[in-house]
Amino acid sequence: MNKQPQSKIFNRILSELREYRFSILISVVCALFTVYLTLLIPILTGRAVDCIVAKENVDFDKLIYILQLMVVTVVATFFTQWIMNRVNNRITYSVTKNLRDRAFAKLQHAKLSDIDSHPHGDFVSRIVSDADTFADGLLMGFTQVFTGVLTIIGTIYFMITISLKIALIVIIATPVSLLIAKFISEKTYKFFGTQAKLRGQETSYIEEIIVNKNIVRNMDYEDDALENFGSMNNDLADASMKATFYSSIVNPSTRLVNNLIYAAVGVFGAVMVTTGGITVGGLASFLSYASTYAKPFNEISGVITEFQNALACASRLFEVIDADVELDEGVDKLIEPRGSIEFKNVCFSYDKSKKLIENLNIKVEPGQKVAIVGPTGAGKSTIINLLMRFYDIDLGQILIDGRDIREIPLDDLRSNFGMVLQETWLKNASIKENLKMANPEASDEEIIEAAKASHAHSFIKKMPYGYDTVINAGEGTLSLGQLQLLCITRVMLNIPPMLILDEATSSIDTRTEQRIQSAFNKMMNGRTTFVVAHRLSTIKGADLILFIKDGAIVEQGNHSQLLQKNGFYAKLYRSDFEIN
Amino acid sequence: MRFILNYVKKYKIKAILAPLFKMLEAIFELLVPLVMASIINKGIANSDTHYIVMMSGVLIILAVVGLMFSITAQYFSAYVAVYSAAEIRKDLFQKILGLSQGTKEKIGEEVLTTRITADINQIQNGINMVLRLFLRSPFIVAGATIMAFIVDIKSALTFIAVVVALSIFVYFIMKYTLPRYKAIAAKLEKVLHAVSENLSGARVLRAFCQVDEEAEAFQNKTSNLAEMQIHTGKISALLNPVTYVIVNIGIVGLIYVSAQRVDRGFILRGDVVALVNYMGQILVELIKLANLIVLLMKAFPSADRVCEIMEMKSDERCHEITATADETFIVKGAISIKNVSFSYNNSNEMDLEGISLEIEPGSTLGIIGGTGSGKSTLLKLLTHTYDVSEGSIEIDGRDVKTLSDSSIAKIFGIVPQKASLFSGTIRSNMTMYKQDASDDEINSALNIAQASDFIAKKEGLDTIVSARGNNFSGGQKQRLTIARALMGKPAILVLDDSASALDLSTEAHLRKALSELSWNPTIIIVSQRASSVKDADQILVLEDGKAVGLGTHAQLLSKCEEYEEIYYCQYPREEAANE
Repeated sequence: MNKQPQSKIFNRILSELREYRFSILISVVCALFTVYLTLLIPILTGRAVDCIVAKENVDFDKLIYILQLMVVTVVATFFTQWIMNRVNNRITYSVTKNLRDRAFAKLQHAKLSDIDSHPHGDFVSRIVSDADTFADGLLMGFTQVFTGVLTIIGTIYFMITISLKIALIVIIATPVSLLIAKFISEKTYKFFGTQAKLRGQETSYIEEIIVNKNIVRNMDYEDDALENFGSMNNDLADASMKATFYSSIVNPSTRLVNNLIYAAVGVFGAVMVTTGGITVGGLASFLSYASTYAKPFNEISGVITEFQNALACASRLFEVIDADVELDEGVDKLIEPRGSIEFKNVCFSYDKSKKLIENLNIKVEPGQKVAIVGPTGAGKSTIINLLMRFYDIDLGQILIDGRDIREIPLDDLRSNFGMVLQETWLKNASIKENLKMANPEASDEEIIEAAKASHAHSFIKKMPYGYDTVINAGEGTLSLGQLQLLCITRVMLNIPPMLILDEATSSIDTRTEQRIQSAFNKMMNGRTTFVVAHRLSTIKGADLILFIKDGAIVEQGNHSQLLQKNGFYAKLYRSDFEIN
Repeated sequence: MRFILNYVKKYKIKAILAPLFKMLEAIFELLVPLVMASIINKGIANSDTHYIVMMSGVLIILAVVGLMFSITAQYFSAYVAVYSAAEIRKDLFQKILGLSQGTKEKIGEEVLTTRITADINQIQNGINMVLRLFLRSPFIVAGATIMAFIVDIKSALTFIAVVVALSIFVYFIMKYTLPRYKAIAAKLEKVLHAVSENLSGARVLRAFCQVDEEAEAFQNKTSNLAEMQIHTGKISALLNPVTYVIVNIGIVGLIYVSAQRVDRGFILRGDVVALVNYMGQILVELIKLANLIVLLMKAFPSADRVCEIMEMKSDERCHEITATADETFIVKGAISIKNVSFSYNNSNEMDLEGISLEIEPGSTLGIIGGTGSGKSTLLKLLTHTYDVSEGSIEIDGRDVKTLSDSSIAKIFGIVPQKASLFSGTIRSNMTMYKQDASDDEINSALNIAQASDFIAKKEGLDTIVSARGNNFSGGQKQRLTIARALMGKPAILVLDDSASALDLSTEAHLRKALSELSWNPTIIIVSQRASSVKDADQILVLEDGKAVGLGTHAQLLSKCEEYEEIYYCQYPREEAANE
């Protein structure tokens, strides 16, 4: 994922929006009319005031004509504004949806290394909030800038038609209020920075204490924690006070400037009326322009930060949409593979600057059982990552039935492996839907049969809606062991020719594990199987044992070979007995 | 809402002054059109330049004084909002610290964090905006109407019509859109969950070739969301145009009525200009008010959620503080569990049933059993995290209910299942129990916990620990948490499956070191591994909340079927024989 320059992002956005060009055109035309019609009102009001001179000196014919004109203008404004709002809404929500869908679809094929190395929360915020901020910021920003600029030009035009001199006062004095606003915002910027920093610190402290609440309680650390929090909280409050107060000075200050301009227009205008330069109605129109003239300036300056924010969000979103995808160039499917697997001079590392697997050679005959052994955190799942092509090797070849796995379509390769991982993952759907992931055509009978074999049927039956009970990961209605049983059932519904079992029974208690052992044996029978395990009985029976240490395979062979070798495996195997 | 009011009350004077100054500012704003009217009526009508300049001076004074009032008000409201929020935050933090384990588990960690951060920020914004605007906006609307009545009663009737029409319209728009905005938020939440679920299941989904189905399901969710947004947007797109129409039609009516009043000589034409200005002010304030309502709609639920936690009973346990309960007694570490039963939800379904057990001071107890057998539950009862439903638990003859949480913390050194450290350094983690601990004390604890080696390879006691100790491996973290528990030299040391990530030889060394501790504590080891508990003085075998065996390793092997099964599963018979 690379950072792109702003101009490039901007061009990219324009090309994304091409699809909506007609809607945008309608929106622009409506905006034009809205601005024009809105600015017409003060003029008409002024003319109406001119019809009202004094007692028994009101030109009712002309007044009623002007008022009718006003009603027409107002009604027309209603329509142009309404259509504009609706069109904008449609564009905003469609763009958001479109970008979200594309980003999500891309994630489905993104490289696992990108998914693993990025915090998931970051992807979530890109797809959910960045998409919103982008669409809102860009399109709303665009309409605001557009209508804002039009309003400014229009106001200047109408003011000049009434009186050039007074118009100059307004035009020259208004930027002063902008400068003041800018000055104050710049001064308060650092207060906001401090506030954000302190808030971040406090939040991490809160998280830490809440996550470790048991420990805090067990160590009688509550008073210390409260004291620490108290001082952080006071600092945050002080910083927050400064940021909130100073930023809230902006509005009153610009209002002051506007009020002063209003007074200036009042005095000059009134004097000009007495000398016959303008009419009273003209003055009224002027006053109304003077009080609204500053508004678009403020809006535009606000929009500029929003616009930059939108660009930043867009570039984050485009990074996801443009992310590299998994290489999937194979065309020939595996047809009923026998399951011989060979690693030939394989080199691989996650971090290309650190060597991990160097020149690895493994040969697994069809139907053999391979046990992967080693301390926790040693990187036992690397082999699985390579076999499933979650990661691609750097050098060498991995062959299935003599064919390089990169020549096999990804979907086909993966569907030839049945996988049960230690970390259970089930989606937020009913138990039945989850199980059907493995085999969408499975009948209810087949599902129940598989669940019985894996000893999951008895607890599923007890769930409130049986097989239709919706699994909610957050609610913890199922124990880890039960979740693992479901994952095992899922694989049993459609057993592919090769299996990967990564501590598949780690959370299942020993007795249940024994009970499902026969189903497991039946499943593994005749299938090439990779097992990550810690139980000696499982390991000992394997045809090939791979001992992993610090990510690399340091020993391979069967149980007796490795014992003879008297290396890491032998040490692990004996350690428990020696010490006693 | 009352709960927030209680906090704001502490700043009563400032909380009253803030809107008061806002109102003063508003009054000054309301005076402007009157001044302008008199400029037109008197200054222009009489061509009195002196009068015009004087009145403009009044306008400038109004503006400057208005600014001062406004800044004062902003100061007070920011003050009240920020410091009330800070106090709410502090009290909530304290409340969370005090919540009993049961309650905390029910609410969940993430929820608690959101309550104390995002929700309280919303409340702070809410208080600030209410103090600034909630009185000001209605006051201007009412004030402008009253001013209009002062200028001319008949013309002012159009104001009543406009205000009534606007209120009805805004009410119906809000009534229609607010629940829909809530529904939209809920749908957005679903989209969010879909993304994070998808990411965590990336491997499984690809293994089952489900990615295209996932993308399709996601598109259904986003279509659903977009449809709802566009539909609601159609209605809220009416808000601005209709408001605009109502106010401007009001102005047309106003001009017509006031023209007749001028014609009959009741008012002057400057008054007409003033009336039109007042109508304009109403429009501006109503827009502000609508924005405020939207903001409050966010702040209200936040306040409710925070309040909900504040009002939770923090401790449903029963503490019997008896007169004899002096907290300084010397703990030897004898534990007696007498016929204890327990149910989490107080039903007849017992999570633990009829457990009885005596533990001698200085002896070792092993607890073994499968997932959900009640091992951790028993530990929670020992440390009085929950009350037993039946029976009693005594430490050195004292019921745990008579002990305060802080003496329990002193008696027990607990190493939790999930190892976690605090950000800081190794030293700061180790001194949490005992702030004045010397480096020697720390080093000896690290030694016992088999943690010295890898610490020495880093920067020793000054090694930086990142949040939750994530810069250490699982096994390293476990050893550090064991060392931390040893720092307080607890009379009873509890290891709750806390060596699971250690390889067998390290674990064996650790067990040996623990058995040689100088102060000879009672040790309780909970584990799924038979090897971890094999050497204990007695082993309790739990299954489905019942004790199915109690005795030494040798005794259990011969008489406890369940233990036998666990043991031989982990140690096939031949190896056990080799021993």
